[in-house]
Amino acid sequence: MAQHALRVSEDAPHQDGDGAAASSITQDIRSILAESGVLAAGPEGLSDEDDLYAAGLTSHGSVNLMLALEERFDVEFPEQLLRRRTFESIAAIRDAVSGLLNGTAGA
Amino acid sequence: MTTEVQVSAADPQAAYLEELVRHGLLIPMGVPGLYGRSGLFEEVVERFDAAISRHGREDGAEVMRFPPAVNRRDFETSEYLKSFPHLAGTVHSFDGSERDHHTLLRRLEEGEDWTAMQKATDVVMTPAACYPIYPTIAKRGTLPAEGALVDVFSYCFRHEPSLDPARMQLFRMREYVRVGTPEQVMSFRESWLQRGRALMESLGVPLEIDLANDPFFGRAGKMLSANQRDQGLKFELLIPITSTEKPTACLSFNYHQEHFGHLWDIRTPDGELAHTACVGFGMERVALALFKHHGFDPREWPAPVRALLWGRD
Repeated sequence: MAQHALRVSEDAPHQDGDGAAASSITQDIRSILAESGVLAAGPEGLSDEDDLYAAGLTSHGSVNLMLALEERFDVEFPEQLLRRRTFESIAAIRDAVSGLLNGTAGA
Repeated sequence: MTTEVQVSAADPQAAYLEELVRHGLLIPMGVPGLYGRSGLFEEVVERFDAAISRHGREDGAEVMRFPPAVNRRDFETSEYLKSFPHLAGTVHSFDGSERDHHTLLRRLEEGEDWTAMQKATDVVMTPAACYPIYPTIAKRGTLPAEGALVDVFSYCFRHEPSLDPARMQLFRMREYVRVGTPEQVMSFRESWLQRGRALMESLGVPLEIDLANDPFFGRAGKMLSANQRDQGLKFELLIPITSTEKPTACLSFNYHQEHFGHLWDIRTPDGELAHTACVGFGMERVALALFKHHGFDPREWPAPVRALLWGRD
């Protein structure tokens, strides 16, 4: 089911500055959204703040998205982040992933 | 040999199980969660079943009765394994040569594992009474404007061995299942939240209705549970049976959104994916609640309860 036409970068997210890191994370999240097929029509037309559930993300889709994010960023979402809100937008996912990468998740 | 006799009666669930066995209502079979039922127990189940029918009769649901098993391909399509791999029961059968048969018998005789030679059949135990109806409705093509309403009743299997008599591995579930537009299925669920409460209140048992989630498996399950609660998809009617702090879910009111409509491509006349909802009645659990609150002899039950169950039909 996963399409690998749009492979995400093998590199770890850049850590040379918060802005650059956030932008790199955002790009990776968009790539994952595109290749996992969890949205009705891909992420191209979506802003970072748009509601992903309104864009077709289902409960099972959000589980697949979580697993793909964990694999890509080599993180594990703790239980308090395993909720609907964590994955409601690209910005929300970026905040959660950034927190995990910086060790401040759920703080 | 039965597990029941080994447990301490200090456990209220095991204690109630012992009482039910002592009164002859349940017949132990040596496996936690697998019991025979007495004639009296069955009569209570049948009377409650008839009461449900009376409460739902005006809706004109289409009655379907299936054996307690589903087509393995339909089971695979249902994505049950994504959510509840730990509860599923698949039917396996011997599929070998005569030589294999000899091996099987030798292993059996020597107390070795003989089950590895069993192969999965096309049959899977029904996990919830409504599962066979989705492929059935889908095969009929686009839904009519009024949608569909189905009445199902089946034994269901869930692999969760327990000494809690309210957590059987094989138990019966009566359901009304609504298939249609979001408005149709939400109004169905709303009406059954009220009817279900009224029906159970008239049976004289303490109850509350609360938001709930299914026992999804693993970390993915944590998320599915949180999603289910955040969206208010599942409500349960809870009755204390062996604990007031943790009352038992006896009825459930479930909104699946377009989950099953999507899996089987069930469409409403406007081409949209059908939504589904169901109300489920845990038949054994309701009987256990009635015996708990009104005593083991139904002849002694309060007159209004007796009138509702036995009075008219």
